[in-house]
Amino acid sequence: MADKIYRVDMSNLSFKIEDVPDEWMGLGGRGLTSTIIAAEVDPECHPLGPNNKMVFAPGLLSGTSAANSGRNSLGLKSPLTGGIKESNVGGTIAGVMAKLGVKALIIEGIPKDDSTFYHIHVSQNKVEIVACPELVGKNNYAVLDAMEEKYNKKVAVMTIGLPGEQKMLISNISVRDPKGKLRSHGRGGTGAVMGSKKIKCITVDAAKFNESGASIVDPEKFKAASKIFTKALQDNPISGEGLPAFGTNVLVNIINEAGGLPSHNFRSGFSENAEEICGETMAENIKERGGNTTHGCHQGCVIQCSQTYNDKEGNYLTSGFEYEMIWAFGANFGIKDLDQIAKIDALMDDLGVDAIETGVTIGLAVDAGLIEFGDGKRAFEILEKDVAGGTPLGRIIGSGAGNLGKLYGLVRVPVVKNQSIPAYEPRAIKGQGITYVTTPMGADHTAGYAVATNILNSGGHVDPLSKEGQVELSRNLQIASAAVDSTGMCIFVAFPALDEPECLPALIDMINARFGISLGVDDVMNLGKNILKTEHEFNLKAGLTSADDRVPEFMKYEALPPHNAIWDFTNEEIDEFWNF
Amino acid sequence: MSITITVKLFAQYRDGLFKVKEMTFPKGSTAIYVIDEIGIDHSKLPIGVLMVNGVHVEEDFVLENGNVFTIFPKVGGG
Repeated sequence: MADKIYRVDMSNLSFKIEDVPDEWMGLGGRGLTSTIIAAEVDPECHPLGPNNKMVFAPGLLSGTSAANSGRNSLGLKSPLTGGIKESNVGGTIAGVMAKLGVKALIIEGIPKDDSTFYHIHVSQNKVEIVACPELVGKNNYAVLDAMEEKYNKKVAVMTIGLPGEQKMLISNISVRDPKGKLRSHGRGGTGAVMGSKKIKCITVDAAKFNESGASIVDPEKFKAASKIFTKALQDNPISGEGLPAFGTNVLVNIINEAGGLPSHNFRSGFSENAEEICGETMAENIKERGGNTTHGCHQGCVIQCSQTYNDKEGNYLTSGFEYEMIWAFGANFGIKDLDQIAKIDALMDDLGVDAIETGVTIGLAVDAGLIEFGDGKRAFEILEKDVAGGTPLGRIIGSGAGNLGKLYGLVRVPVVKNQSIPAYEPRAIKGQGITYVTTPMGADHTAGYAVATNILNSGGHVDPLSKEGQVELSRNLQIASAAVDSTGMCIFVAFPALDEPECLPALIDMINARFGISLGVDDVMNLGKNILKTEHEFNLKAGLTSADDRVPEFMKYEALPPHNAIWDFTNEEIDEFWNF
Repeated sequence: MSITITVKLFAQYRDGLFKVKEMTFPKGSTAIYVIDEIGIDHSKLPIGVLMVNGVHVEEDFVLENGNVFTIFPKVGGG
């Protein structure tokens, strides 16, 4: 059965199932979501108004047996950045959509009756859109419980908590993972867009048919390529050893030692707290307390970088306890107790708020005089009571760092395109800085992970403190990442892809075998280039200019310890990025 | 003649060894000499990143008195 486009119109609570236009046929994931947003959404529309759309699309390999292929893309115009957004998530949604033959789920319009929220249920050739007053005011885990009771555990669930209902810019869309925990379509205020469309949750059910997975034209070729690909992932020291043992939080020490761990709201690149919050300490705690250092965020993951983290008594605290979260609340905001950060992490999963945007905003709230540095108890309280309850303070925090900075007249505001800068200091890791300023997404570390080559010696080494070679490095990584984001692959396949020569050809062979086509490496890179250009063009039409491709000014005149690094790129050097 | 340096180990390289230690080596010692002297088995877990005073160096880097020498196996995340 050919894949279809499922289109939901919230303005009249109707749906259509459409054939896939020829020009969208070879696309998946980010390639498809960005193409559809660019084709169908007026770049000048208000992101929370009736003319924005949400496009969910599994990757080209999602739903197959390929390792690490269960990532889903969400496209929309971001209410945080005012530009295009592609947000990538694990969980079960990509696999379930692909098995159902949903090439993309497009949601448009806003209901005329906005007095309640709706639940959208997608199943074979059918979409039900029903009011769900009983779920309004509930946070994510309560929604998951209700959906598990209503359907079964294989049903994919995407939901927003109270901050999303209130259209806060720190809100995410949360996605159920294989173990009933949550992952996030994060960054850019995705939850606010879902809230604006009055959608509380979306469920997708593929359980009753097509259990064998997505169709494959040449199963033998696919199997052979898949074997090589999986082996490359398992043999690589990072994806095969480091990530499963320590999780993403292994980065705290290496980024800190390199002087690139933003601390005290981006005043220093070195945190004195690193040993207390690092991946090694986390792994020791997990070992002593009976948690689990390995947990896959999606089915078919062989890397298992996620984990379950317990308190001292061995009771569950959180899962998916990632580097960005621990950096934001540990190094940047100053909480020294990993367990306290874990409690905030679990609360934030339940609320559905972005780890980076929320964490950076709380860090900046210290400068605004709203909270004391390192006061985790108060941070928890603000999130639980004010953000969830929508008090004026909650609204201020819920608006993200850029807006908080404007309200309080702050200058040291770490955002690009109004989106908070993640856990790598652009002044000390300059290739990553180029990614932050040039990616159409706003400050986003996954768009072109130059940290790999600047710091981790993956794919060679480019000196992080020098400008030399950074634009080219970031461009190449952004092109490759846009392509990888279209396959449904986890971005961590980049580590073996950078260092194991057989990895990328095997990945392309799997795509070729699935669709009966014959792409080469150049075709895949051209796909990446086209995606970036499509996204950039959308942003230009939306009113963003090259003047938005800049770091916050303080980074040009405040030297960052310990290397006393400043941001020293000229505008011309940055703008050279788009010459391809 | 000898040099005293601070050695910091991370991730799996800590197993059975230490986190941080002040150590003395002969003048002219290279990074790889120190790694082998400490007893890190880098044939099993390849060396990922070496830094001296927070700056990346190669295995043949000659250490000096007072250096902070950090040693990582291949690590990654995001």
